[in-house]
Amino acid sequence: MIAIIDYGAGNIRNVLRALTYLGHEASITADRAQIQRARAVVLPGVGAAGDTVRALRDRGLDDLVRRTIEEDRPFLGVCIGLQVLFDTTEEGGFQPCLGILPGAVKRLPAGLKVPHMGWNQVQQRAESPVFLNLPDGANFYFVHSYYVEPAQRELVAAETSYGVDFCCAVARGNLFATQFHPEKSGPLGLRVYDNFLKATLGRHTRH
Amino acid sequence: MLTKRIIPCLDVKAGRVVKGVRFRDHRDAGDPVELASFYNSEGADELVFYDITASSDERPIMLQVVERVADQVFIPLTVGGGLRTVEDIRRMLEAGADKVSINTAAVQNPSLITQGAQRFGSQCIVLGMDAQRVPGAQPVCWEVYTHTGADGGRRTGMDAVEWAQRSVELGAGEIVVNSIDADGTQVGYDLALLRAISEAVTVPVVASGGAGTLDHLAQAITQGKADAVLAASIFHYGAYRIRQAKEYLAEQGIPVRL
Repeated sequence: MIAIIDYGAGNIRNVLRALTYLGHEASITADRAQIQRARAVVLPGVGAAGDTVRALRDRGLDDLVRRTIEEDRPFLGVCIGLQVLFDTTEEGGFQPCLGILPGAVKRLPAGLKVPHMGWNQVQQRAESPVFLNLPDGANFYFVHSYYVEPAQRELVAAETSYGVDFCCAVARGNLFATQFHPEKSGPLGLRVYDNFLKATLGRHTRH
Repeated sequence: MLTKRIIPCLDVKAGRVVKGVRFRDHRDAGDPVELASFYNSEGADELVFYDITASSDERPIMLQVVERVADQVFIPLTVGGGLRTVEDIRRMLEAGADKVSINTAAVQNPSLITQGAQRFGSQCIVLGMDAQRVPGAQPVCWEVYTHTGADGGRRTGMDAVEWAQRSVELGAGEIVVNSIDADGTQVGYDLALLRAISEAVTVPVVASGGAGTLDHLAQAITQGKADAVLAASIFHYGAYRIRQAKEYLAEQGIPVRL
């Protein structure tokens, strides 16, 4: 079972739909035991990073996210689910995030239409099994006003350009997280989920 | 580079797509799921479903339509028509919509934009706006109308550019600008209206109403400064394929997802 973390946010069911469509058994849950038992954990997200961090803390799920990543269990973050992993965000003033990955979340530069909404090219900066059969520079769907700036360059798996060249995917072991929405990026987006699960679950079960 | 989006708009009545969509190889031209899949395979960047159901009894059918489409088609989906409360918005997002478009209800109750944005994020609250040129006005200006489905609509006395700016302050994350003058004419979008609004707001603007040729789509982007173009007739009746439209835009130097 793949656990999609439920922290009370709105429309995260489209991630479940994508995983179900691909034939994976997944469920949206806030149950600690279920998340701990899951073969992979997905943290989706829309809305504000600060609210998401608070919602995770209120439900006692922040430590679970931290432990999942520290133990290198398969973890996939999407959009806000990427942003909250870092130290701080400029959104809503200056707010702490989970501090699992070093770096900051920043506002997209002024002078551009914000949110950055639509399809933009994802330039692969590192080799990853998640990019299997995905052309470098392929378009994925974005909708966000803030971006992550990792303090460690080696975390950057891919970049996208919108006024600034920003990190749109991070990878480390069995952790992968994207700023774009694979569940809204057509067939190539679905391939991101499929590649991630095949790579990490395969690797994980061999242990 | 962020690409410019092409968005087919489908009118849905009691669970069926109306305004005949004519394409070859279609078993059922009125089935929303089949048409959504078709446009997805054609390269549509998003889809808009507009619920034109008159009877409130039939509204729940739209939720089922959205669920069925969202189960099968993995591109952004906007739903508009008849959404009046935060609860209406919540149900539509839960059913699988990524964004909701609110028009008349936003004029009548602007706080709906704010409530929706606070609860679900600005990115899923789209302001739909119907605007008409004020005859003889110098400099040119446009008035916002509501209830445009019937009898030419109702005047609001609101300036279109001011309403656009206010909606963004209230929390709208995108604005669909529909020209009443151009809608259905296929003579081209109202480029001055688009440009006035696009330059006045910080959020993406979607052009709507008037597309008849591929050059109209290009003009909306180059001259109207639109971030996306919404069109119905030119795609539904088979005059152009979406791929064709994108190739045309690409030839004009406009970035598109091919």
